[in-house]
Amino acid sequence: MANADAVAVAASPEEIAARLAASRYLADDSLATAIFLAIRLRKPLLLEGAPGVGKTEAAKAVAELLGRELVRLQCYEGIDAGHALYEWNYQRQLLAIRHAGEHEIDIYDDRFLIARPLLQVLRAPDERVLLVDEIDRSDHEFEALLLEFLSDFQISIPERGTIRAATQPIVILTSNRTRELAEALRRRCVYHWIGYPDAQREAEIIMLRSGDVAEATAKAVANAVQEIRARPLAKPPGIAEAVEWANAATILEKGGSLWPEAFRRAIGVLIKDEEDLSAIAPELERIVEEALA
Amino acid sequence: MRRPRSLRPAAAPFLGFARLLRDHAFPIAPEQTISFMQAVTLLGPRSMDDIYEAALATLAPSLDRRDEFEAHFRSYFYGDAKPSIEGQEDDETRIKDDRGAREEEKQTIRQEKGGELSSALEQLSSRDFQRDTDGLGQFRRKLATAVPARRSFRTERTRSRGTLDLRRSLSEVVSADGDIPSPLLRRRQTISRKLLLLIDVSGSMKQHTADYLKLAHAAVQGAHRAEIFTFGTRLTRITSALRIRDREQALARAAALVDDWDGGTRMGPTLLAFLSVPRFSAFARGACVVVLSDALERGDHCDLETAMRRLSARAFRLSLASPLAGDPRFRPETAALRAILPVLDDLVDGSSVGSLTDFILSLASSAPAAETIWKRVS
Repeated sequence: MANADAVAVAASPEEIAARLAASRYLADDSLATAIFLAIRLRKPLLLEGAPGVGKTEAAKAVAELLGRELVRLQCYEGIDAGHALYEWNYQRQLLAIRHAGEHEIDIYDDRFLIARPLLQVLRAPDERVLLVDEIDRSDHEFEALLLEFLSDFQISIPERGTIRAATQPIVILTSNRTRELAEALRRRCVYHWIGYPDAQREAEIIMLRSGDVAEATAKAVANAVQEIRARPLAKPPGIAEAVEWANAATILEKGGSLWPEAFRRAIGVLIKDEEDLSAIAPELERIVEEALA
Repeated sequence: MRRPRSLRPAAAPFLGFARLLRDHAFPIAPEQTISFMQAVTLLGPRSMDDIYEAALATLAPSLDRRDEFEAHFRSYFYGDAKPSIEGQEDDETRIKDDRGAREEEKQTIRQEKGGELSSALEQLSSRDFQRDTDGLGQFRRKLATAVPARRSFRTERTRSRGTLDLRRSLSEVVSADGDIPSPLLRRRQTISRKLLLLIDVSGSMKQHTADYLKLAHAAVQGAHRAEIFTFGTRLTRITSALRIRDREQALARAAALVDDWDGGTRMGPTLLAFLSVPRFSAFARGACVVVLSDALERGDHCDLETAMRRLSARAFRLSLASPLAGDPRFRPETAALRAILPVLDDLVDGSSVGSLTDFILSLASSAPAAETIWKRVS
């Protein structure tokens, strides 16, 4: 039933792109195609890209377009099954044993089971989208665990038996590529590399995402940010930073600063690294002037 | 389910493309080929773009080989001229990762009769198997416990000094019918930090590189997580070559991987190149980084300073082992050394294997910063 919905939503890549735009996410053809394929081939979608290109936002937009709840599993070094699959609520179990006294109770009841993201998704695959965020931060053991989950969509709980998903849930994985993922994981997924958008698209994104930024400002910001990203910076600004910069400059301009000056004073929301700031400072004026022209 | 005996003729080009990629050492699994064909069917395909998008999404070429992938795609489906795949000849530092290059390596090793390469190999391995004279065997055994440790997020069972392990305690309680026997404990595991050795293979280090590689081999064998890179004018990762247990073979393979033996030094740019690859710079995070170099940077040392500062910001401990520091008259007085001294945790003698192994084994114990020590001396 719900899967039929997903197919109806994902009638074609263009349909996906249009619906994503309706939920305020501008995807290029390539990303829309990847999302389309992931939904129709029923494979997980692996999104890789530099920090700040909108990987997590893409997942949120996909959940929104399918009308499902997004369940997010944030990975970190040392994440284990207890954080990803399930855990028993031992305190409650102990209390229940005390309370029951002579009576018999089932301490492996649903009441005592804390469902972590993977189990939550298994229980309602048609209502939820799973986002496994920044999988490159977790370690190899966890990747193996995830691999097993992604191939069978089942979890074994020794005290309860195996829980299987009724239908295959939609899963999105993101990675910043700080380390290479296992080939097996890449193989199992539909893969898409999200790059930085071109100036025109970025201007559109800024218009869509920010409050009340004029079109000319958005274009100038997009041009300047493109120029800045071309330099060898330690932390190139992402899309979110560009939006912030446009917002900040607009606020400063309304407060009475002139245009090039407003951009310069708001630079702190765009570049957040002292070394990068000092590297870009001498050229900033020229970049802003050119972008405004 | 319908099982066609043979594929439709229209499917043949897609199978052929997957095969072509495999011939060029792209790892393509059969299931990927299947999804590729399914994807093409799903998309229509209405245009060549659709086929290209489907190929990208399902065959998942790694980002560094995207251009090569596109060249193959164009030549296969559009009949363009055969792709000429070559490294970009710009002045960027070349980076060589030993993953995926294994096939070629094996061949180079097999043909190592005569020529410069094999003489270099012999030089490396000539002093092998003279018992444990250089103390590297002992170094290897001690290393695993000597590398500094940190506390992990994972926990382990313990008998003392821990927090209550509710999961196991509860099952004890249940099996003891509600009685609470002695509580069971858990505490956070400690795991050893990564050890990252960056070895200078330029001309000025010529007489030491052979020893350094042996040391690196012992380190890879002994430590839980060690990564080894060489740098001169290029940057080469040689860790997996050194994972081979047999020292002679491992060193031969590593030697064949490195292209810039005894050349010039571009220490600053190569270290920056190291930091610019996210996967590599992640090795340095929280690691013990030991740079084996004389830090004689020709020309401007600005890059070197930036690179060292960034390295030290990531590393748990950043040390420079210079063969020159073995001389009692040595003072860190070159412009480059003076510039990087404030960010170094240690500046030590790297002139002999003995002093180096002693130093690496003492990494876990604290020492005053390099600047303080060398100020006292001078």
